[in-house]
Amino acid sequence: MSVVHVSLRNVTRVYGGAGGGSPLHALGPLDLDLTKGEFFAVVGPSGCGKSTLLEVIAGLATTSQGTVEFEGRAVAGTIPDGVGVVFQEDACFPWLTVAGNIAFGLRQSGLAASETAALVRHAIDLMGLAEFADAYPAQLSGGMRQRVCIARTLVMRPRLILLDEPFGALDQQTRLLMGEELLRLWRETGATVLLITHALDEAVMLADRIGVMSARPGRLLDIVETAWPRERDSRIIADPTFGRITARLWQSLREESLKTMGKRPHVA
Amino acid sequence: MKWGMSRGIKRATVYRSVAIALVVLALELLCRAGLITHLTMPPPSEIVRDLWKILVSGSMTGAILKTLTDVVIAFAAAVFAGVGAGAVIHRWRALRDGLDPLFATYYAIPIYAFYPLFIILFGLGDTPQILIGFMLAVVAVIVNTLNGLDRVPRALIKTARIYRLGPIKTAARITLPFAAPYLFTGVKLAVAYSFIGVIGAEFIMSRSGLGYEINFAYNNFDNAIMYPLILLVMLAATTVNMTLYHWEKKLLARRGRG
Amino acid sequence: MRQSWRPARNAAILIAAILVLWQALFEFAGRHALTPPFETFRYMAELLSTSSFWSHLAETGRAFAVALVIAITLGLFIGLVLGLHRLSAEVAEPVLVALYSIPKITLYPIVLLVFGIGVPAKIAFGAIHGIVPVAIFTMNAVRNINPVLIKTARVLKLSRWRAIRFVLFPAALPEIFSSIRIGFSLTLIGTLLGEMFGSQRGLGFLLMTAIGLQNVRVIMAVTLLLVLFAAGVSTLLLTIDRQLHRRV
Repeated sequence: MSVVHVSLRNVTRVYGGAGGGSPLHALGPLDLDLTKGEFFAVVGPSGCGKSTLLEVIAGLATTSQGTVEFEGRAVAGTIPDGVGVVFQEDACFPWLTVAGNIAFGLRQSGLAASETAALVRHAIDLMGLAEFADAYPAQLSGGMRQRVCIARTLVMRPRLILLDEPFGALDQQTRLLMGEELLRLWRETGATVLLITHALDEAVMLADRIGVMSARPGRLLDIVETAWPRERDSRIIADPTFGRITARLWQSLREESLKTMGKRPHVA
Repeated sequence: MKWGMSRGIKRATVYRSVAIALVVLALELLCRAGLITHLTMPPPSEIVRDLWKILVSGSMTGAILKTLTDVVIAFAAAVFAGVGAGAVIHRWRALRDGLDPLFATYYAIPIYAFYPLFIILFGLGDTPQILIGFMLAVVAVIVNTLNGLDRVPRALIKTARIYRLGPIKTAARITLPFAAPYLFTGVKLAVAYSFIGVIGAEFIMSRSGLGYEINFAYNNFDNAIMYPLILLVMLAATTVNMTLYHWEKKLLARRGRG
Repeated sequence: MRQSWRPARNAAILIAAILVLWQALFEFAGRHALTPPFETFRYMAELLSTSSFWSHLAETGRAFAVALVIAITLGLFIGLVLGLHRLSAEVAEPVLVALYSIPKITLYPIVLLVFGIGVPAKIAFGAIHGIVPVAIFTMNAVRNINPVLIKTARVLKLSRWRAIRFVLFPAALPEIFSSIRIGFSLTLIGTLLGEMFGSQRGLGFLLMTAIGLQNVRVIMAVTLLLVLFAAGVSTLLLTIDRQLHRRV
């Protein structure tokens, strides 16, 4: 019984045009449906508008055309309730400790101190940050800081989690392990996840479905299903279909990436 | 991505020019209406007119040249000494550590307080004023030179070594060009501080120069000379500053915002 | 741990070097030009024990305190308001920078004409010196806030006021504090300069009188006092500044 959680219809985003200079057609037109509780990854060449797509769904940016719906209600430039976002850049508040960071959203929403403490404790343990609860972000590595940001987002119990290349700054091995953690959290919270990544293996490993975007202006070229079991971890890369799915993604993606690099697609 | 930024004159420039024009207009009206008495300040149009008269008559040329010369000397000395000292200090760690507290608190200290001392040591000629200007400016140059040299990435130095460039060529072809924007910040500050130092000192106590003339005019209730000269100083400072600002933007633009 | 006494050691070496230089200069230039270090300290202590000197000190202190409060409050306000909107920041910045580079002492006669001779003029002059740099640095502090933090505040659905209070302000605080530190020094200079003319009381007045009478002892003692005060407070503020920046 699959419910449509997020729905995009004919979404387009154009920047500029006013005040001189040519307008920049960043995204679309694009249609997409996300099923409740699924893990959806988006891959595409750089500059194709992946981040714009995420911002539009989150309500951080408006569409120039088309509609975005979350849980049946329109998203139009305001952040809907129940949405969490993890950004590419480190978004930890440097003046708060790890615990302070994670507790931030809860405190702002006026939750009682005791409840906040319990939820924060749980999130810290979940993310393996217990040792660093009183450390400041400046004392942590990049990977740990991203964990803090993820913890901060998850503790608010979002129903839709948007991640914009969250592991971009990390090395490959850390990425794989963080990917595993992300899967575990996804299963525990039952949230719908949209992950933007430029790493194909990451997308194939983590997602139920993968959307391939074209070069700018980004449109959806293809949606590939992985049909993985829900209980999976990084060792899924050993599955024989892993390579085939990755190859299929790269087939579409290679042309688009070449276009982005300014080369003609059909170079022999 | 820079759409819509440089189509003709930027929006910000327009707003700014309009805002300044409105302020001047408001002053003019307030003065004409008598809300600001003539003894306090004449209307801007009159000030401009009087400035023109002064410039044309050449009565202030001596003072202007004197001040300008002193500023230029202080500035040039500060830049040369500052960059040179900065380069030396950068290589010698111990010296840098020793001077660090001085640089950190330097601009907190009222340098003008040393002016009386200079007068006693050097007499009431141009030297104390140039010295104050120099002292104000030189540390800004040193600090910014150090900052710039600090920021040369190791990768670039290593590249220089792979190309087998000697120390002088490395400095000329790699270090200096890279550090140029930061050095430029020091130069900008040196201009401002030389100005402020020299004219300020002239104002406090001297026998010639723009600062002196402004003080003299004030003591003689001569608004017809005082205000135009103040305007002249403001215009000079602003023009020089804007020119440097523009050069710096060009320099930074080429570098893609450092 | 060894790193922590390094700055103190450096400062001690520097001060020793300055004192030696000072003494040497005295030997070279003679009593009519300089007073040697030890004597200057002694005379300064002597002055500080006289009540008449204290009244001058208090006068300067009061004027400075008021000027500082005005400069910081107005400077912060202007900087925050301008920094929050990209357009206003762009419009205002060149104007502020131009104001910063004008030798403000040339505006002094205008201040006197507007405020008359006396304490208000001193305060105004001090405040004028401090406002512009505080505004500029605060404005840039707000502009330079990491954009991802602003996006985070939006995603957390904070109201405008809450975003400013709990995210923007703490994020900009280290740089805002730097602006206050600089404002402190410049306001002090401005207040002193203001006192040197058209004032019958205060340290600046004492300095001017001493210049006129060629009273080297007084000049040096007062200068020393000012330098000690300015350097002392500045170092304190700098330590706090470095602490704040370390967390970034």
